[in-house]
Amino acid sequence: MPNFTIKNANLYYSDFQALKDINLNINDKNITTFIGPSGCGKSSFLRCLNRMNDLVDGARVTGKFLLGNDETDIYKISDVSELRKRVGMVFQKPNPFPMTIYDNITYGAKMHGIKDKKKLDDIVEKSLRDVAIWEEVKDRLKKSALGLSGGQQQRLCIARTIAIEPEVLLMDEPTSALDPISTIKIEDLVGNLKKDYTIVMVTHNMQQASRLGGHTAFFLNGEIIEYSKTSLLFSNPKEKQTEDYITGRFG
Amino acid sequence: MTKGVSNTFKKRNVNLTETIAKIFFLVCSLVSALTLFIIIYFIFTNGVPAMFQVGFLDFITGRTWAPEHNYAPQFGMLPMLYASLISTFFAFIIGSRIGKWCAIYLAFFCPKKIYKPLKTMIELLGGIPSVIYGFFGVAVIVPFLRNNFPGFGNSLLAVIIILSMMVLPTVINLSEAALRSVPKHFFEGALALGSTKTEAIFEIVTPAARAGINGAFVLGIGRAVGETMAVIMVAGNVSQMPGSISEFFSTSIFFAPVRTMTTGIALEMSYASGLHRDTLFGIGVILFTIIIILNISLTILNRNETNYAKES
Ligand SMILES: Nc1ncnc2c1ncn2[C@@H]1O[C@H](COP(=O)(O)OP(=O)(O)O)[C@@H](O)[C@H]1O
Ligand SMILES: [Mg+2]
Repeated sequence: MPNFTIKNANLYYSDFQALKDINLNINDKNITTFIGPSGCGKSSFLRCLNRMNDLVDGARVTGKFLLGNDETDIYKISDVSELRKRVGMVFQKPNPFPMTIYDNITYGAKMHGIKDKKKLDDIVEKSLRDVAIWEEVKDRLKKSALGLSGGQQQRLCIARTIAIEPEVLLMDEPTSALDPISTIKIEDLVGNLKKDYTIVMVTHNMQQASRLGGHTAFFLNGEIIEYSKTSLLFSNPKEKQTEDYITGRFG
Repeated sequence: MTKGVSNTFKKRNVNLTETIAKIFFLVCSLVSALTLFIIIYFIFTNGVPAMFQVGFLDFITGRTWAPEHNYAPQFGMLPMLYASLISTFFAFIIGSRIGKWCAIYLAFFCPKKIYKPLKTMIELLGGIPSVIYGFFGVAVIVPFLRNNFPGFGNSLLAVIIILSMMVLPTVINLSEAALRSVPKHFFEGALALGSTKTEAIFEIVTPAARAGINGAFVLGIGRAVGETMAVIMVAGNVSQMPGSISEFFSTSIFFAPVRTMTTGIALEMSYASGLHRDTLFGIGVILFTIIIILNISLTILNRNETNYAKES
């Protein structure tokens, strides 16, 4: 069942067309990875899904982006805050706020109306357990989040995002700034999270895409060239361009 | 003709030029550091003995400044200390608030079209000599106060108003730089969690710029404590202070003339001699100490903060 249905989507940065007629069904409670050479529009597309491109001067989006069972057209939602509660985002570079670990997690929850101290405490513990760093940080919740290692920071950012219980989790190359061990940990974590969330992840790393499984879309020059089950796409690509890319002939 | 290419190039004496350059720049930086020490040395060697001759406590807490008295000159600088601190305090409260909000506007909300002219004007404001601010005070602020409030217009309030204006450019420019240097990913992270632009700016970005903004504040305070010329022109320059606690907490203090430490020094230095002259250096020592305390407090305040403006 699709959680996100995208129909005839185009994205323009002023005169430049960054995405061309994208059609895609993103499956519920599953993982979808985007691969493709740098500059082909993966991040741009991801940022369409939570309307982060609204910030960019001159960016214009056309087409339909239907979210959830209610098929809400996300570009018709007047309060983007409501959309971003449903569609969370984790960035390439870990970006915990310069405040305590505890405050990082509760920031979103508080904003979305949770005031009760006990409830906030529970949210903090649950989300940190979900990303498997509760044991590591439970004694320093009131310390600055900037004191954590890069991998811990990224997991904190994931925790901060799932603390507000989104339906969809967008991740833009979440491991590209991390060391190999932290990368594996994040991959394991993402593998667990896909039971509860619809995960959309950009990766520049094809091994990572195939390890994570689910579905994969191959982007090239602002278009989706091929979209299928990950195992199929890597073992038996239908398109010549996909084959060239995954066999390392370019990109 | 077949001597090879190597002879046509002269060997550069790299090591020598490197050494000379190093020494040259070292001397340049030593000169500025040395200036500081020379200043400290002369103020302290002139001022400290005078302070002790008067009696340190009498000097700091005495309320009468009568240096010209033939038989019993008195050197109580408390009224000047009071005037400097209270005028700086209020000017800082007003100037830092307005300055910070103005910086937030410039950094995040200002339409491109208005930004250039606005920024240019604020920079110009920072470049105006203080006598010109003084003129403004004499021509506008003082008459306005005289016509609408008790007193003659030359007053603590006039000093506060003019100092608030004078600290603005410092606070605005430095705070804006601090706000702009906060990495954009904090802002985006907050938006991605559902913050509005305003929430993200006030709850995440501005706190992240705290170290730089504190620095801006301290420089602003320094400017207010140290300002002399503009203050002379509007302060009334009477060395006096409230006589009682109840008077201190009444509004009348704002309409009374005051004399700050800097203006005290500037007004009397030209004719003072002997112990009188040395006590003026003593006031300088106190002023200097205040500035040092300010800078140390900044370091303590920013101990746990990241200063992105300094990092990049
Ligand atoms: N804010 C922007 N303004 C203008 N062009 C942009 C902007 N962001 C990305 N682009 C352009 O859009 C194209 C796709 O970029 P991006 O989505 O970042 O690619 P990817 O993530 O696949 O590397 C690139 O050509 C890039 O230069
Ligand atoms: Mg990208």
